[in-house]
Amino acid sequence: MSGTHQATYLGMPAFPAAADASTRNTQLRANLRHATHTIRAKRATAVAELDDWSPLRAAGAAIKDRTLRHLDHYLEQLESAVTAAGGHVHWAADADEANRIVTELVQATGEREVVKVKSMATQEIGLNGALATAGITAYETDLAELIVQLGDDLPSHILVPAIHRNRGEIRDIFAEKMAEWGRPAPEGLTDAPADLAEAARLHLREKFLNAKVGISGANFMVAETGTLVVVESEGNGRMCLTLPETLISVVGIEKVVPTFQDLEVFLQLLPRSSTAERMNPYTSTWTGTTDADGPRTFHLVLLDNGRTDTLADTVGRQALRCIRCSACLNVCPVYERAGGHAYGSAYPGPIGAILTPQLRGIQSELDASLPYASSLCGACYEVCPVAIDIPEVLVHLRERVVEGGPVSIRGTRTVIKPAKGHAAERAAMRAARWALDHPRVLRTGQRLASRTRRFHPRRLPGPGRAWSDTRELPKVPEESFRDWWQRTRGESGTEGRKTT
Amino acid sequence: MRVALFITCVNDTLYPHTGQAVVTLLERLGVEVGFPEGQSCCGQPQFNTGYRHETEPLVRRYAAAFRDYDYVVAPSGSCAAMVRDNYPRIGAKAAAEGRGQELADAAAEAVPKTYELTEFLTDVLKVTDVGAYYPHTVTYHPTCHGLRMLGLGDRPRSLLAAVQGLNLVELPGADECCGFGGTFAVKNAAVSAAMGADKARNITATGAEAVCTVDNSCQMHIGGTLARQGSTVRPVHIAEILASTEGNVW
Ligand code: SF4
Repeated sequence: MSGTHQATYLGMPAFPAAADASTRNTQLRANLRHATHTIRAKRATAVAELDDWSPLRAAGAAIKDRTLRHLDHYLEQLESAVTAAGGHVHWAADADEANRIVTELVQATGEREVVKVKSMATQEIGLNGALATAGITAYETDLAELIVQLGDDLPSHILVPAIHRNRGEIRDIFAEKMAEWGRPAPEGLTDAPADLAEAARLHLREKFLNAKVGISGANFMVAETGTLVVVESEGNGRMCLTLPETLISVVGIEKVVPTFQDLEVFLQLLPRSSTAERMNPYTSTWTGTTDADGPRTFHLVLLDNGRTDTLADTVGRQALRCIRCSACLNVCPVYERAGGHAYGSAYPGPIGAILTPQLRGIQSELDASLPYASSLCGACYEVCPVAIDIPEVLVHLRERVVEGGPVSIRGTRTVIKPAKGHAAERAAMRAARWALDHPRVLRTGQRLASRTRRFHPRRLPGPGRAWSDTRELPKVPEESFRDWWQRTRGESGTEGRKTT
Repeated sequence: MRVALFITCVNDTLYPHTGQAVVTLLERLGVEVGFPEGQSCCGQPQFNTGYRHETEPLVRRYAAAFRDYDYVVAPSGSCAAMVRDNYPRIGAKAAAEGRGQELADAAAEAVPKTYELTEFLTDVLKVTDVGAYYPHTVTYHPTCHGLRMLGLGDRPRSLLAAVQGLNLVELPGADECCGFGGTFAVKNAAVSAAMGADKARNITATGAEAVCTVDNSCQMHIGGTLARQGSTVRPVHIAEILASTEGNVW
């Protein structure tokens, strides 16, 4: 079965190479352009309906910041509340530990199949692969996740993991693959959305009714009550959360909020930012276990996996405010061309470009390239419902890549060296700094460029070729501004003709 | 009122014509401007690529070069944004690293007097009709740093709207990035080129003769892409339009 050797993000090329390939894929670019432009326009309308969007946004950021500052306190409060409500809490320092805990919990039930919903955290840690190694099959039940799983593919968007697929492609995947995983697609399946949805519904219903174990994520966890919250559109989450006998929720530690009242802010910010709806169709909350209703056993696996280290960075920690609404992906011109897979992690787009290198570190070429996967246009910051200054964090992480510096690795403060491969650039930056800090040198360079202007090539060698391959180079003028000023204004003009 | 020009390294080296237009325009409006020669680059290419420490001398240099002036006017949204948004960050980080207040003080000195050209016209000089004449159909591309970091809003458009003879046409997808992004254009060349190509096609589709921006660097990218696509639309800096008068169109 294809699910047992699911694709992973490991060993992917650095962002520029992956993005280079996807910009050439015209079908992918058309799919992405259509989807992101539609949703971005709808989001803008949904947000404009609220007079108090900007105070709400500030409140969302403030609640998250306060929680993050006292994260240890709120997590302990959460643990007590979940335990008091009949749940079991497990702490996982990294992906391996989380995978081991979940695998053992499933094995303890004696089951070989689980249904899954709404969990980017399990995508982050590669849970499906770990379960498969232990002989356990995980069935994805979000429609888009199902498409990704059947297609032996990887998610490429936070909210719409199969955004890179169009209807025709989805029809083909269903028709070809559903039978391998359970109920086959109906004969003569068309690519009409209603038909596709019905095929998925029939296929999934079988899974829901048979499953004894469900695995979920959560959008929020409320410390004071021990309540977990899932916000969704399809209702599959509710099935997964209520039908199985055992429920295992794997959630990043940053998802905690202090009080139930805090949800008021986020349940306004999230649906409008993500699906452009005033309110999402299903909001499910669960608190431990209840007699004669829902799962008999509830486990909460709290996942660190780099989050505490991220928290230790005063600039970078704002990435932990993220509520995974995907608004930043939908406005990002780079995401639109590169596609989600180029980011090489469960978190694509602008948030992925700042979150992944913090969670995983910048050791690999891919992770070191992510902070550069942005033109710093600022559209992501503008839409982010919790006001994460993504450009600020990108530049901060670029500094880490080229200059190294202090970081926290598994809780220990250490100083890392610059990433490999930036030596030539660093030398050039130093030389430029020197020239720019000596305006006479700068002027000599400008004059040299002017004097040789007739000999300048139309195509540049080396890294500059990337520029001249697709763009004309500007012609160097005969005279710089500096020289013009001196020639026309002379020395008296140097100081300017000041007035009061 | 002592006003200095911050001509920026791109303007100085590649687009001196824009700088000359700024001088002409401001002098026509009765402002006498100085050009302190100690000025250099704002440091944005270094800072945005991750070389914060390489930027520090340029922060000092900027503060020192413009010390004697009340206002610094830059014909570049992104360079003005660099000073206003990032100099304080650079100062704060140096202080946090235990290297004293000197850079933070330099930033505090530089930030309040730094204005992008259109801001200076509308907010300080309080003019929108600068007496310009430019008999062409123009579309306006709001560059990202001007739009989002400086929040220029309608300022450039209101200045253009007051120009005699100018026919302003809407640009579809105006607020989408052109794909320049400094070293992004080289580090992620394929994506940058794809963004530029879409922008250039949108510009050409407006039927305008010229595309106006407040940044020569984006203009370099857009203009280079337009030329490679064989488009006849001319990139033009807003200063060149505003400096134009009847009988002297830039
Ligand atoms: S960074 Fe902001 S906009 Fe992007 S997914 Fe997270 S909350 Fe949404």
